[in-house]
Amino acid sequence: MNSNEDPKVPIEGEAEEAIIDEATRVRRAGHSRRTFLFKVALLANGLVGAVMAVPILGYLLGPASKKASAEESWIGLGPIAEFPEGETRLATFRNPVTTAWDGQTGDVPCWVRRESGTTFQVFAINCAHLGCPVRWFAESKLFLCPCHGGAYYEDGARASGPPERGLFEYEHKLSGDTLMIRAGSMPTLASKSTTSPTLTQIAGATPFSPGAIPKPRCESCQD
Amino acid sequence: MPRLTEKAKSVYQWFEDRLGLGKPILDAVEHEVPETTASWWYVFGSAATVLLVLQVMTGVLLGLVYSPSAGNAWASLEFLNHSVTLGWFLRALHGWGSDFMIAIVLIHLAQVFLFGAYKYPRELTWIVGVFCLLLTLGMAFTGQVLRFDQDAYWGLGIGASIVSRVPLIGGSLVNLMLGGPIIAGPTLTRFFALHVFIIPGLLIAMVGVHLWMVLRLGINEWPMPGRLVSRTTYTRDYHKLTKDTGIAFVPDAAWKDAIFAAAIMLSVMACAFFFGPFGPTGQPDPTIIQTAPKPDVAFLWIYAVLAYLPPSLETPVLFIAPVLGIGAMLLLPLFSPQGEKHWSRRPIAILMVAVIAVVLGVFTHLGTYTPWSPIMDAWTSDPVPVRYLHNRTPLERQGALVLQNKQCRNCHSLGGSGGLRGPALDGIATRMTEDQIFRQVLQGGGNMPAYGNALSPSETKALVRFLSTLNSENEPKAIDASRDLVTTSPDDAAPARVQ
Repeated sequence: MNSNEDPKVPIEGEAEEAIIDEATRVRRAGHSRRTFLFKVALLANGLVGAVMAVPILGYLLGPASKKASAEESWIGLGPIAEFPEGETRLATFRNPVTTAWDGQTGDVPCWVRRESGTTFQVFAINCAHLGCPVRWFAESKLFLCPCHGGAYYEDGARASGPPERGLFEYEHKLSGDTLMIRAGSMPTLASKSTTSPTLTQIAGATPFSPGAIPKPRCESCQD
Repeated sequence: MPRLTEKAKSVYQWFEDRLGLGKPILDAVEHEVPETTASWWYVFGSAATVLLVLQVMTGVLLGLVYSPSAGNAWASLEFLNHSVTLGWFLRALHGWGSDFMIAIVLIHLAQVFLFGAYKYPRELTWIVGVFCLLLTLGMAFTGQVLRFDQDAYWGLGIGASIVSRVPLIGGSLVNLMLGGPIIAGPTLTRFFALHVFIIPGLLIAMVGVHLWMVLRLGINEWPMPGRLVSRTTYTRDYHKLTKDTGIAFVPDAAWKDAIFAAAIMLSVMACAFFFGPFGPTGQPDPTIIQTAPKPDVAFLWIYAVLAYLPPSLETPVLFIAPVLGIGAMLLLPLFSPQGEKHWSRRPIAILMVAVIAVVLGVFTHLGTYTPWSPIMDAWTSDPVPVRYLHNRTPLERQGALVLQNKQCRNCHSLGGSGGLRGPALDGIATRMTEDQIFRQVLQGGGNMPAYGNALSPSETKALVRFLSTLNSENEPKAIDASRDLVTTSPDDAAPARVQ
């Protein structure tokens, strides 16, 4: 564009004007071509970005795409003799999914209530309100939460306070004389709101006569 | 000596010829500001920036030692506290710096709100400032997680429980937040990345943009009642004001910023020195359940609000209230970009600041002593006051034992000690008749569990008898007024009285 004002190039006569027009035309064509190429380059980078986004998003969202139930498996809590009838005791287990650097955070506590004989209830430690660790008080037969005062009866039903439901329960079964629970992910309102207990597993694993088999409890039922 | 000065000047010039930064920086620091802005009210923004620099510096230094691994983080904090020379002091500086930064940012926010600084042409400056506040709070929360102790562990549990309430995708979001199915190693590393890379990067960028706009648009002039902001005249008026009364920012206005910043830094250092670092509290071992987790002071008010929300309202409030609150702050300058700036002509603005400050203060105060939480060891540590056992029958004294054994004290205080969750039981007999106490104990209600299954009839009888003695001498016992009508002598004309 500046060529018209360039003092070294005298503008005289139509022929010279034509030459300059030619130079401008070439330059403009060059500009247009380079603009096009730049747009092509932008497009190429956009494509590269889009392709790059796939692994990045896949990596980032990896944990979110896993279903909580997929990470759960049966874990032994110990022989049932460790849980006296009519009592509620704290049991701990190593989470089935851990990393080598989890340290103590891989150990998860839960409350085991042996109502009688082979009738068990296994409650998550996490309050159904906001996940704080509930404590069992045998005298008043209540689970109390230290955070916001949620209270639950001995069967896990909501007694008072801010929780909108009773304690979360783990699916459980007896394998020989070992109490097994199905665990692996932190119980929350999202992961435990749907009930998917598999009744046959409990029935199949119980060495007692069908009449003695307790009615299995679903994970979120409160009655 | 002059030769040395010459030499220094030539060295500076050598760099300036190549960098070209000296001139624009000098121009920026010496730019003229309206004389009225050289005020002690205008020092909070710069103090917040200075605190951010302190946080970055101390954070990098802590990063030299801290181990972001769930198995080792707690031990590395203990190592910092006890084995690294002055490690405790660096941790204390970082912790107190964080509290001071939140406080100063909030004061800065209230000040610019009351001075109408968010109005034209500084709407975007305000909006970016709101993001700076949110990022600062994000730093506080993630920083609390990195102090990987019991409070951090269960704080993550609270966070995950809140996230799990999001409709439909709650479960996926929990896994995304925790980096796995439980709070463990991958949880800590992602909060580490958030705290040291992602949020600080965003925050520094946002503060840069914020500062750039303050320089570009000029600092908000001291508002005058009746001087209205109008899009058509404001810029001209502001330039005239700056031209007429302008003083160089450095040093004429900035000396106050510098003194205040120094005072704040001294305060942070004093707090760090005298009060020491925050925690860590117990090990992040979830099997140790003898704990009462609590968030850091900036989030105590949320913790308190969560105790008072009725269950049915909790999830909607958790997700709608922040959207409304943050949305209102972001949209404020767009809805009211013109008009009166002075606080004396904006009573609603003053009312809002006052109400919000009182509400936050009250909830934070409640969060410090959590009256809604049972005191887990009150039943074994707080005895029944002796005066309540004098002149009592054996049955009543037995009732006092039942009261203690059945852990009633965890929620009910007696003689000033015990839980605050339920009403104090001193004087309960003046408020409730024996029948009413029976009903309340057995059936519960009004946020009290039913104890029908936990008490035998004889225990219940003893307990209620004891409670029925709890009235002071000068206050009569509660009576059932209708009882006179149904239990009267035959010659009383009861039916007639009913009519």
